[in-house]
Amino acid sequence: MTQTDTTTNQTPRHRKSAGEDRREQDPNATVLEVENLHVEFRTRDGVAKAVNGVSFDLHPGETLAILGESGSGKSVTAQAIMGILDTPPGYVTQGSVRFRGTDLLTLPEKARRRYRGEKISMIFQDALSSLNPVYSVGFQIGEMFRVHRGTSRADAKKHAIELMDRVHIPAARDRVNDFPHQFSGGMRQRIMIAIALALDPEIIIADEPTTALDVTVQAQVMQLLADLQAESNMGLILITHDLGVVADVADKIAVMYAGRLIEKAPVLELYASPAHPYTERLLAAIPRVDLKGQELYTIKGIPPNLTDIPAGCAFHPRCPYAQPICTEQVPALDEVSAGRRSACHFWKETLDGTLANR
Amino acid sequence: MEPSRTDEPVLEVRGLVKHFPLTQGILFKKQVGAVRAVDGIDLKLYKGETLGLVGESGCGKSTTARLLMRLDQPTEGQILFHGEDIAQLSGKALKAVRRNIQIVLQDPYSSLNPRMTVGDIVGEPFQIHKDVAPRGSRRKMVQELLEVVGLNPEHIHRYPHQFSGGQRQRIGIARGLALRPEIIVCDEPVSALDVSVQAQVINLFEKLQDEFGLSYVFIAHDLSVVRHISDRVSVMYLGKVVETGDEEQIYERPTHPYTQALLSAVPVPDPTLRGHRDQIMLEGDVPSPANPPSGCRFRTRCWKVQDVCAQEEPELIVREGLDHPSACHFADVRQVIETRILT
Repeated sequence: MTQTDTTTNQTPRHRKSAGEDRREQDPNATVLEVENLHVEFRTRDGVAKAVNGVSFDLHPGETLAILGESGSGKSVTAQAIMGILDTPPGYVTQGSVRFRGTDLLTLPEKARRRYRGEKISMIFQDALSSLNPVYSVGFQIGEMFRVHRGTSRADAKKHAIELMDRVHIPAARDRVNDFPHQFSGGMRQRIMIAIALALDPEIIIADEPTTALDVTVQAQVMQLLADLQAESNMGLILITHDLGVVADVADKIAVMYAGRLIEKAPVLELYASPAHPYTERLLAAIPRVDLKGQELYTIKGIPPNLTDIPAGCAFHPRCPYAQPICTEQVPALDEVSAGRRSACHFWKETLDGTLANR
Repeated sequence: MEPSRTDEPVLEVRGLVKHFPLTQGILFKKQVGAVRAVDGIDLKLYKGETLGLVGESGCGKSTTARLLMRLDQPTEGQILFHGEDIAQLSGKALKAVRRNIQIVLQDPYSSLNPRMTVGDIVGEPFQIHKDVAPRGSRRKMVQELLEVVGLNPEHIHRYPHQFSGGQRQRIGIARGLALRPEIIVCDEPVSALDVSVQAQVINLFEKLQDEFGLSYVFIAHDLSVVRHISDRVSVMYLGKVVETGDEEQIYERPTHPYTQALLSAVPVPDPTLRGHRDQIMLEGDVPSPANPPSGCRFRTRCWKVQDVCAQEEPELIVREGLDHPSACHFADVRQVIETRILT
């Protein structure tokens, strides 16, 4: 997980690697632009507004972490980008997802399939339930080649073995015919990564890729992702609730709360001086392994119900600094400094630390 | 509240073993092996302290919790509660002891009966141990308990689904507290909770400990949480305790390679430390507890491995030049995380 490679500490725009030359288009151009994305779920209990105007972009080789608690809309955002939203009940009601300029949301399903897996692929949290238990892992990795490239079965299996080697599965040749249940959790996650990697996509979306894993295995898997990313200059969208993992791998962070982006910042700045009370409180609420005598601050209350998001700033019922304006007006995602935004009426005061606790 | 070591421990575990048989055949079952979930561990818990039990999945920490509660019968070993071995108790005597050892489970969604009201759930211990509270006073006691854990006492007639994850965990805690136990075994009590809610529950555990003088066995895989709440920590690997010591000894001067690797793998929420942390990357996975490696169980993943590790099982003893027990032939201090002390 630690980025030993010195080049990865530079800003992604200046990063140079073998993968860059491969792309036909301008390699440093924005590869993915999500603009004003809205997703809602129409359920019997009402309309749950899961994503409410999310915008971000991603450059090649860059790691964007989308950080949020359960129900903040981070996974739904990923599903909308991938086009794997369950419809019904989920609907994208507004916004665009542009991959190298093409809006994926307006494409017919057939054209969209050319992007899924080939250009953008996804790694899911729970490898055991994401893999098909009745097919061998080799078959499932090879499926990518057979379906997208029309490769023969024998060749697809060869590719599968190569990929299993690439994600460091020991004795790949012997294990290619094994079934998912015969692998450990960490190895299964590697198989998922191999599938995602198969067609050499430009973007990988990893939805809580290590949440189900033990810490030592988590470290291995995150390291693997970082290595693969450096090798082929992929963009990585990491969806997680773990502030520790984010600190280790992300270039920039988007914090979500109740379906909205509430803060966007480069990783160092976000941790050093959060510009939104939610981020600030979240950082103070997690125990750290390297701190002693730490007092844990709590955020009162619970995340809001998405069918009934509070008026004004969605965080105001839990915010220690809430003012009358916060209950009335939705704060805009204001620019704090270059590349930094915060959706708080009082971001200046939050940054200075001059907000009074009330 | 530093416990004085001249005290007798409230709970002492000696040579605790739990093997689950592996059988073959349908009609005529034949034992072909055993999953050695817990394979000879010693623990001590003093009054008012928190003993953290950490390790990766499959290391036997939850089985240990079940054994301490006597939800499972140990294969071997003693569990001494105030000097009395509860491993062999049954019937009335066991029921009496159980009053003093309660458990808070991991998943607040599956550990509460969805068809029972909160009042029934929290009050159920009183139905089993009828002498604790006279019938008429039960409702009042349940309401008091709800208030203690920070829930609205008027919600006594609500059902679990009407509460959030954090609130459900509070219900579980209230149920654990009902009989005024001396010990609460907490099996991953905060891992299913959101970060912003986790802190509320951790703080509640600390508050209750001060208020009632409880002793906790706190089982978790999150080493940051364990450090925050524990006085002493035991690190488990494949059914064995590999290192034990107080919080400072384990986190600042770890001596067992496994502890060092485990600690170094914990992500720290501070991007300025990126690339500056001493990170030990372990190879491979945890071996199967049905067929653990000979000698030291960690040797298959250890970077210090020598021939002796395969032949001789290292004992959990205080080794020369060290200040706490470590089960490694080559135990040596290696500081993997730099601790900052906040005042």
